[in-house]
Amino acid sequence: MNLESLYQEIILDHYKRPRGQGLLASPLGSAHHVNPTCGDELTVEVGLGSDGGLLIGYEGQGCSISQASASVMSELVSGHTVQDAETFRLAFIEMMHAKGTGEPDEEVLGDAVAFAGVAKFPARIKCALLGWMALQDAEIQSGLLTTQTKEHSP
Amino acid sequence: MSLDVARIKKDFPLLARTVRDGKELIYLDSGATSQKPYQVLDAERAFYETSNAAVHRGAHALAEEATIHYEDARSTIAGFIGAAPSNIVFTKNATEALNLCSYAFSNATSLSRQGTVSRSIDPRFILKPGDSIVISEMEHHANLVPWQELCAKTGATLRWFSVDDEGRLDLSDMDTLIDATTKVVSIVHQSNILGTVNPVRAIMDRAHEVGAVGIVDGCQSVPHMPVDVASVGADLLMWSGHKMLGPTGIGCLYGTSEILDAMPPFLTGGSMIEMVSMETSTFAPAPQKFEAGTPMVAQAVGLAAGVRYLEEIGMDEVADHEAALTAHSLSVLTAIPGVRIIGPSTTVERGSSISFVVDGLHPHDVGQVLDNRGVAVRVGHHCAWPICRRFGVPATTRISPYIYNDESDIDSAAAGVVAAQDFFGVRP
Ligand SMILES: Cc1ncc(COP(=O)(O)O)c(C=O)c1O
Repeated sequence: MNLESLYQEIILDHYKRPRGQGLLASPLGSAHHVNPTCGDELTVEVGLGSDGGLLIGYEGQGCSISQASASVMSELVSGHTVQDAETFRLAFIEMMHAKGTGEPDEEVLGDAVAFAGVAKFPARIKCALLGWMALQDAEIQSGLLTTQTKEHSP
Repeated sequence: MSLDVARIKKDFPLLARTVRDGKELIYLDSGATSQKPYQVLDAERAFYETSNAAVHRGAHALAEEATIHYEDARSTIAGFIGAAPSNIVFTKNATEALNLCSYAFSNATSLSRQGTVSRSIDPRFILKPGDSIVISEMEHHANLVPWQELCAKTGATLRWFSVDDEGRLDLSDMDTLIDATTKVVSIVHQSNILGTVNPVRAIMDRAHEVGAVGIVDGCQSVPHMPVDVASVGADLLMWSGHKMLGPTGIGCLYGTSEILDAMPPFLTGGSMIEMVSMETSTFAPAPQKFEAGTPMVAQAVGLAAGVRYLEEIGMDEVADHEAALTAHSLSVLTAIPGVRIIGPSTTVERGSSISFVVDGLHPHDVGQVLDNRGVAVRVGHHCAWPICRRFGVPATTRISPYIYNDESDIDSAAAGVVAAQDFFGVRP
């Protein structure tokens, strides 16, 4: 188990140069999540673009994993439908629970597969999930997502 | 005079293990919980193998033996802080002990409102709007949240000492903060996050001037320095066994006889009663009044073994050893560009828990790099979130050494911090 397996290049890159950071001008819903064990905080906002695709805004402070994960998430989800976002989210959660075994689906997850190694560090899973959990709450709050399939992070 | 750390280490089986693919373990998280020597593990095991029975119940040979072991443990632990055995109450941990204290107030207040009990309720424990409770900005959540809850239940107001940039309590307004409205003053002896050792005697004296109950959270002092309850001057003082070589599941509450007699019980049920009818009950004298149900006997026996281990070394020697480690830690950490200590920058009135932040790095990431090198430290807000906000940091990295650590352990942590700066490319 080496540090590089946790901190993939993609993760470090998103941490240093976060994509799509900032809040939306007119969000439909927003959620503020904290990781009570370490104090990481993240606000995620959702809106709809003129093409009907999701707009994602986020802002927060925290470790490289939580901040890079939010950045990758915003890039992955932006412009997609709420249904697609659910598919990505569930695939991401499954990857986090896989304890580092199994092959994450790069077709679905894109750059987010870089977080597969996080699953081997139980203390960090919550960091990687912070943005995704906030996204779901923001979607529910906005009324875009109604099915209450709320997954609890470990 | 310095401790023989190599010899001490041999008593702690866990410290011989490796972590993260065979790396030597360097354990610097004793502020969270300490490791346990064979002496403690053996004492617990021997109790279960030879004397296990429910205490203070039944008259068979084992019940008697178990009771003797339990009460001997109480005597040993009481002696450690200069108290009499009847002044020591066993709880699950310090958090429960603090709740035992705060519930004394909320129970007294609600019983007095109902007016349905015939026994007398000490007015010191009855709170009303306008009363105040005084704590500090550097409290562990265990000495903060119970008081917030108590205020919500009674209408009392929570007040606190603020903390200056050096991590010291600002005592300049002590006489106005603690005034005639104050019913409780509860202060941490040594901060688990800043390392600050507070002048608790002066604060307790002021509390008593206004007739308030004075409480000291000794979680980080009792394991690390000689603590004599008479000189602390608190009415109540608590700590957790697991931070001082003992097992988990046992905490200790010291109280003066006068205060323990006056306090209503917290948990009720078996073992804490004097007489019971279908309508009502009377309670046993302290400490039994506060030990409802079957107590943690093996844990008490284990903790007593931990106390004997520390007494054999000598608490003055423990404190000297930690003072030397503190000086060393402060000097090697401040020598790293980009590292800032959160807490007192000198060894004066300061313990060995040292929190720091590294420019450009989140503590979680610092901790991860250290962990990868076998160095176990704590990262996060250390259950003292308000003080992190006070210093404008979301979290810190903390090293907290103990009797089994030496300067080379501190050096390994410092080298890990530099490695983290290199890994993330933020070395100034
Ligand atoms: C200063 C202080 N107070 C209270 C506590 C709570 O102790 P426990 O969690 O063992 O109840 C701790 C331990 O983290 C502490 O360091």
